[in-house]
Amino acid sequence: MDAIILQILNGLDKGGAYALIALGLTLIFGTLGVVNFAHGALFMLGAFCAVAFSMVLSISERVRDESVTFFEAYKEVPYLEIWFGETGRTILDWSVPLSMLLAIPFMLLVGLAMERGLIRYFYKRSHAEQILVTFGLAIVLQEIVKHYFGANPIPMTAPPAFAGSADVGQWFGIPGLSYPMWRIIYFLFSLAVIGAVFAFLQLTTFGMVVRAGMADRETVGLLGINIGRKFSIVFGLAAVVAGLAGVMYTPILSPNYHLGMDFLVLSFVVVVVGGMGSLGGAVVAGFLLGILQSFSSMTEIKDIVPGIDQIIIYLVAVVVLLVRPRGLMGRKGVMEA
Amino acid sequence: MAFYKDGWTRRRLLTTGAGLTAGLAMPHVFTRGAWAQDQAFCNNPSGSTVTLGFNVPQSGPYADEGADELRAFQLAVKHLNGEGDGGMLSTMKPSNLKGNGILGKKVAFVTGDTQTKSDAARASAKRMIEADKAIMISGGSSSGVAVAVQSLCQDMGVIFMAGLTHSNDTTGKDKRRYGFRHFFNAYMSGEALGPILAEEYGKDRRAYHLTADYTWGWTQEESIKNATEALGWETVQAVRTPLGAGDFSQYLTPVLNSGADVLILNHYGGDMVNSLRQAVTQFDMRSKQANGKDFQIVVPLFSELMAQGAGEAVKGILGTANWDWKLDNEATKAFSKSFGEEFGSPPSQAAHTCYVQTLLYANAAETAGTFYPPELIKALEGFEFDGMGNGPTLYRAEDHQCFKDVLVVRGKQEPTNQFDLMEIVKVVPRDEVTYDASIFGGELGPYDAKQC
Repeated sequence: MDAIILQILNGLDKGGAYALIALGLTLIFGTLGVVNFAHGALFMLGAFCAVAFSMVLSISERVRDESVTFFEAYKEVPYLEIWFGETGRTILDWSVPLSMLLAIPFMLLVGLAMERGLIRYFYKRSHAEQILVTFGLAIVLQEIVKHYFGANPIPMTAPPAFAGSADVGQWFGIPGLSYPMWRIIYFLFSLAVIGAVFAFLQLTTFGMVVRAGMADRETVGLLGINIGRKFSIVFGLAAVVAGLAGVMYTPILSPNYHLGMDFLVLSFVVVVVGGMGSLGGAVVAGFLLGILQSFSSMTEIKDIVPGIDQIIIYLVAVVVLLVRPRGLMGRKGVMEA
Repeated sequence: MAFYKDGWTRRRLLTTGAGLTAGLAMPHVFTRGAWAQDQAFCNNPSGSTVTLGFNVPQSGPYADEGADELRAFQLAVKHLNGEGDGGMLSTMKPSNLKGNGILGKKVAFVTGDTQTKSDAARASAKRMIEADKAIMISGGSSSGVAVAVQSLCQDMGVIFMAGLTHSNDTTGKDKRRYGFRHFFNAYMSGEALGPILAEEYGKDRRAYHLTADYTWGWTQEESIKNATEALGWETVQAVRTPLGAGDFSQYLTPVLNSGADVLILNHYGGDMVNSLRQAVTQFDMRSKQANGKDFQIVVPLFSELMAQGAGEAVKGILGTANWDWKLDNEATKAFSKSFGEEFGSPPSQAAHTCYVQTLLYANAAETAGTFYPPELIKALEGFEFDGMGNGPTLYRAEDHQCFKDVLVVRGKQEPTNQFDLMEIVKVVPRDEVTYDASIFGGELGPYDAKQC
């Protein structure tokens, strides 16, 4: 029982990340018809917004360690701590959530620049060409990040209030069951973002136009609505969602420049399983695959089918596509000529 | 016409031609030594330079480690060519190095990118041998890569001086005549670490292993298991995790409920950074109790770069290392000084190994008086040396494994500066980690030189 609850929790936080990335991918695909292989890189850029933000906050006074003679060895004390004492320390501790202040405008800009500067020239091209150009862009972004931040993972910490693990056993009446606090926060955060995106699309006029555009772009255009501009904002929005997912993921997984690629393939599987162009499908499939992946790495299951944890997602994708070729919640006519 | 001008006659031309023909047709037995050593082997350097091939991860998860290895290679080449302060050239004993290149030829080098992938590493080693005429290949930061490149080098007749590789297989079942390893291995880590673990955590412990699923992880799991079980520890479970898994939470969640009270992370690189950080900062394992004891985490193979990546999580964690820049001996100081002055940071153990390997190769060539690989291999086999930072060291002839002291280290609680992340707990003498060469099997194979 303990193990099952833990693995469900585990699947939920993992699924949260998959769902957020897949949601943005689906938004872009549904509105612009572009297969965006640079979406993982946007997730990674978000994570590095957090890294950059906390680096700026923790610019430090360096005190030279005189006992070391061959090179510059020093001990660092952040200026924030020197100037503001305890308050400065608290700001530093909360740098990850605070870095959303940087990530939101930055990712919006990156998204808009990407769409206006590159992607829009590929709307009328084949999917293969879109994949090539976006994949190339992803590699360029990766290398830029590697140049400035190195290849090693960079440790990021959650605010002390959410560090360590929470006694989840209490909530379920099972003693001695604990799970990392920040991962629970991440799951709740992903639900909030997903809720906000859906609310935005369902409740605002802008969202209505976008949904109409997703259904029939041509007609909406004929009605005199500048759907192109709306869609570039959607691209920016998808970039922000991916970026925020990345920011909040940093305390879970120390970010390195390769982070996006690790998520990209999985997210595409999520989109395909959920159904191309279906936002709900992307979210459901994200959580579903996250949980399945967690369960398949339980030793009891690995003892029966060795290596299942590494192939389960692809196995499920194959089965789903055989039974429901359009994915779990796919609509007719998407990606079908 | 030209012949007459130069003083040639038809008669002279004929006799010279006949003489040459006779010379070429002379029985092989008279010329074999000189002929073979001067000609018949892969990439025999003919000009005034000799080219070494440095194959390191320049992209992928170990790129930072690869960059540090490359710095060490550059420094080694500089010192071999008689530039800079000489580093360990002045501390190595016995040494035939002269500081004028290798055998009077200036040392040049080419680099390749292993990407920490066996196929990419083989391809780049092959390119350096075939296109760049590299006479020796060194570097690498993964045992999977080392085993693959080592067997390629054996096939092509080019010496391979392995960089960072810790699997028992490299000088065990996959050992090759043309491959040499200076780095220690998983078995030695187990032998060195075992007694310290018993001392610090007691003899009644239950261990849970998480193991990177490739040659290095397997042999390390086996070695640590053997060493700890011999102390009286019990192994509860050993779980294999995919290389580069990133998020280890699904493998960490079962640990606390498994009845284990020690977690052993047979991970390296990004895997180690992630699994250790997640276990310590997210699952809070080090503040937990199990079986009435404090829960402990052990990382058998440590590195400075990984300690940087793991941040706070590494404090108090025990592991082993091949070498550390803070060691108190002349060679270490000489190397750290020239490396630090050149690059502004202390060398990592990966850098140290690559530097030493380059010097050892050069010294073997000087000792043998030739680049001819069979002679050079014989100069390295059984070579006993000192003054390279690890105390008296032996390149064992039977398996081409180096035997030297092993360091047991611990993540430092109160670092005094950004490079002071590990403290040396014990220098375990060489005798205590020496084992019988036959236990890991494998065959070195023939000495035969090859044309490539």
